[in-house]
Amino acid sequence: MTDPKSTDVVDSLSTDAVNPAVGDDIEDVTGTGGRPAIIADATTGHGTVPVQTRNERFASVDVADFPAVTGREAVWKLTPVADLQQLIEGDLDGGRYQADTAVDGGAEVSWVGRDDERIGTAGIPEDRAAANAWSSFDEAMLIRLTSEEGGSVTVRRSELGDAPRAAHTIVDVARFARGVVVLDNAGPAHLAENVEIRVADGADVTVVSVQDWADGAKHVANHFAQVGRDARLKHVVVSLGGDVVRVNPSVTLAGAGADGELLGVYFADAGQHLESQVFLFHQGDHTKGRVEYRGALQGAGAHTVWVGDVLIGPDATGTDSYEQNRNLVLSDGTRADSIPNLEIETGDIAGAGHASATGRFDDEQLFYLQARGIPEDQARRLVVRGFLSSIVQKIGVPELEQRLQDAIEAELAGARS
Amino acid sequence: MSTLAIRDLHVSIETEQGTKPILRGVDLTISTGETPAVMGPNGSGKSTLAYTIAGHPRYTVDSGSITLDGEDVLAMSVDERARAGLFLAMQYPVEIPGVTVSNFLRTAKTAIDGQAPAIRGWVKDVRGAMGDLRMDQAFAERNVNEGFSGGEKKRHEILQLELLKPRFAVLDETDSGLDVDALKIVSEGVNRAKSETDLGVLLITHYTRILRYIKPDFVHVFVNGRVAEEGGPELADRLEDEGYDRFLTAEATV
Ligand SMILES: Nc1ncnc2c1ncn2[C@@H]1O[C@H](COP(=O)(O)OP(=O)(O)OP(=O)(O)O)[C@@H](O)[C@H]1O
Ligand SMILES: [Mg+2]
Repeated sequence: MTDPKSTDVVDSLSTDAVNPAVGDDIEDVTGTGGRPAIIADATTGHGTVPVQTRNERFASVDVADFPAVTGREAVWKLTPVADLQQLIEGDLDGGRYQADTAVDGGAEVSWVGRDDERIGTAGIPEDRAAANAWSSFDEAMLIRLTSEEGGSVTVRRSELGDAPRAAHTIVDVARFARGVVVLDNAGPAHLAENVEIRVADGADVTVVSVQDWADGAKHVANHFAQVGRDARLKHVVVSLGGDVVRVNPSVTLAGAGADGELLGVYFADAGQHLESQVFLFHQGDHTKGRVEYRGALQGAGAHTVWVGDVLIGPDATGTDSYEQNRNLVLSDGTRADSIPNLEIETGDIAGAGHASATGRFDDEQLFYLQARGIPEDQARRLVVRGFLSSIVQKIGVPELEQRLQDAIEAELAGARS
Repeated sequence: MSTLAIRDLHVSIETEQGTKPILRGVDLTISTGETPAVMGPNGSGKSTLAYTIAGHPRYTVDSGSITLDGEDVLAMSVDERARAGLFLAMQYPVEIPGVTVSNFLRTAKTAIDGQAPAIRGWVKDVRGAMGDLRMDQAFAERNVNEGFSGGEKKRHEILQLELLKPRFAVLDETDSGLDVDALKIVSEGVNRAKSETDLGVLLITHYTRILRYIKPDFVHVFVNGRVAEEGGPELADRLEDEGYDRFLTAEATV
């Protein structure tokens, strides 16, 4: 239960700093504790969601332990489950798949069997699709970062094909190792997968998952991360292409002084469903968490879902946590669900807060740019690009940042569907 | 020589209480090279005039005209006005997250000139102009107005004025929020622009302070949405001594 002392919590960040690009029609949710579970919806108003303490959810690696999905469950209620039937219930091909890997510096990529001792150490599925993937994979891809000098791995998957498949990936970062792992997804896919991220004490890693799938792709992923003492994880979810894409990161800041920066950026076009249910668990003391997701929606039926659960556990004294989600609505007929949820089980924290806003274009920004001679359509693109760029700029991998900026630019120009 | 002419301009805005008339018949003419000042108390409609010239959608022109060398400015979109040579230095410049100053300046320059500036010369121009305004070069990579202090925002406005080289600039209380050093730096920038390009400056201000550094050739006193009195620079001195009370009482007794 939420500790009553949580009302004493000081908001460590000013909510004024939130992006003014989100202007009119704003659904603003800000606060510093308790359980404000609110759906900010650009088209249909808002409602309240029942909440259970986040780390008490049922978890199992066996798909048979989960009842059939009805679509009414808390974890599925905003997802078009009918489109994911095959991934939730069906048989999945769990064999090795074709991927192009680029490895540099202190890093290695290999395949390991289901009996590898690392499997299941970063997290356990909490929904049926994740469990289905877990029950189905034959081998896991193991990505290791081994050096204090740094290393990098890019895994590009672009030929997964339309057949339903399961995958399991382990990102294993050794003590004090540093590096970057990019999971770069394109092409057709019908994929359910789990990604385990183990960040040992003192390590520092950036893990980026790019979903730039082809039209028609369906992808459900759960990322589980355990971050050790004084270790740092920057986790980035970029969702641009695909029909239904749901990437849910669950990060546990386990060791004292662990640092988690969870970033996300998404751009939903007509008919696309892009979702991220984020869970950040402050388990160790003096842990620091920052969650920031931003999205743009354009075109009839574009739907995005962001759920941000932050749990500050009973031992997480001295914690500093802040989460926010901003959505920019560029046309009618879109829907952005944004649900921040902050639970605090200790009174002795440095700060915790959250903010959520979904709104339309800020006319003042448009006016300012136009008053400098910039034509309206170009000014609009500049503002949206700027809005999303503030996340992209934080990735810290220059080539990737440039590519993503270009991809966003293409989305804005309507060159992509 | 170009001329910006405002004739019998009536402007209103929509508020929750209904339509509110703000400008009630403004007449004002400014030619390139001239520097008329518009002075007036808070709420007299100075910013409304500035925004209406620039074409802000919040303001509705009910009657009257604005022309630039005979061309109907009111028929132009906001960006067309800027490309026609009108510039507004805003009282409250807007923050644009994620858009860097250098990207913004280059995009604006390209739009105004109709072609991208030659890269070498442009970089040099930007550096030079920033140096003149004592702006740290690091501002180029910061997001537009984001986290800028009040004074930094005003310098950034004048930086744009110097780089975009309009024919007419409306400076809406560019002096407010500046300490005396910043006021001098900003004024020098405006004076440079005037001498280099024969710029016409409509200098909107509440105080006479800035008029020590930028010499007006004419003073229009704005009260309650219209020009209540006009005169030479000496009128500003009188306002310095007497304030606006004389006009406010006069209005009240009408
Ligand atoms: N958006 C708005 N909603 C309601 N009233 C407005 C709005 N904008 C302007 N006004 C009103 O119109 C009048 C003129 O405002 P304006 O900003 O033009 O004055 P100003 O002379 O620039 O004042 P200041 O010296 O304070 O900058 C004021 O009474 C102001 O309250
Ligand atoms: Mg004003």
